[in-house]
Amino acid sequence: MLIHSLSAVLSAFLASLVEVVEAFTIVLAVGVTHGWRPALTGTAAGLVVLAALVAVVGPLVGAVPLSALQGVVGLLLLLFGMRWLRKAVLRAAGRIPLHDEEAAFAHERRLLTGRPALAAGTAAFQAVVLEGVEVVFIVVAVGAGRGLLGAASLGAAAAAALVLAAGMVLHKPLSLVPENTLKFIVGVMLSAFGTFWLGEAVGAAWPGTDFALLPMALGFLLAAIVGVRVAELRE
Amino acid sequence: MKVLRAVWAEVLGLFVDDGSLAAAILVLVGLVATLRGRGLIGPAVGGGLLFGGLVVILLENIRRSTRR
Repeated sequence: MLIHSLSAVLSAFLASLVEVVEAFTIVLAVGVTHGWRPALTGTAAGLVVLAALVAVVGPLVGAVPLSALQGVVGLLLLLFGMRWLRKAVLRAAGRIPLHDEEAAFAHERRLLTGRPALAAGTAAFQAVVLEGVEVVFIVVAVGAGRGLLGAASLGAAAAAALVLAAGMVLHKPLSLVPENTLKFIVGVMLSAFGTFWLGEAVGAAWPGTDFALLPMALGFLLAAIVGVRVAELRE
Repeated sequence: MKVLRAVWAEVLGLFVDDGSLAAAILVLVGLVATLRGRGLIGPAVGGGLLFGGLVVILLENIRRSTRR
């Protein structure tokens, strides 16, 4: 259980860090271009929508039988984790460009220049909702299967607090956050989580039960490292 | 409405980026579930098949992606 708790907190923290940094870049661009009123209004409205989403999804998740929940959540986690892992591998190998927060910030500022404050506020709202939906999914997915919603929420909240604190101090895009490394790690962890739960749901057994998560994560990590080499070598 | 469409696209995009990766995962999961459900393989073999299959799917997808 401790392994699941720690993994849930760490996965939610790292994945949320990636998403919150992306949302922060756009909110910052709105704030710098149009002032903080539309930026903060859009952010607050986005947070209200996310809170409503959690209020609706939370009780629904609690009403689903655990075995069915593990199957559904496991499959979604697997699709999500493998997608991140694939992208992180291709980025690490230089096959697709790395995400650049400075470039995203400059691009957003160009888009916002000359547009009305309402459009800028909507951009902040949209960024918070879109990235926030991912955070909500990750928290629910890594937390719901084992009654760890509180732990996963704690991880996500810590990530949001860290980004906000860093953003307030630096007042510029957080381009030093190693986004692809985080995606690589989260992809490995979520793929392992998803495989574990989905396996349990379809009647597969894991040697060592909960401890099987560690070798499974190691296996995905090794496969991803091999994947980077394969992608680097192929021309 | 525009925001709702963007949210839906984002939610779908959470799980499906490369369609062939998602499809291969679904086929493997269906295969393991069917084999286990009919008792054709044991629980440990089911676990091994699921994990091993996923690793193969990931590597094959990366290999194919670099060729496109």
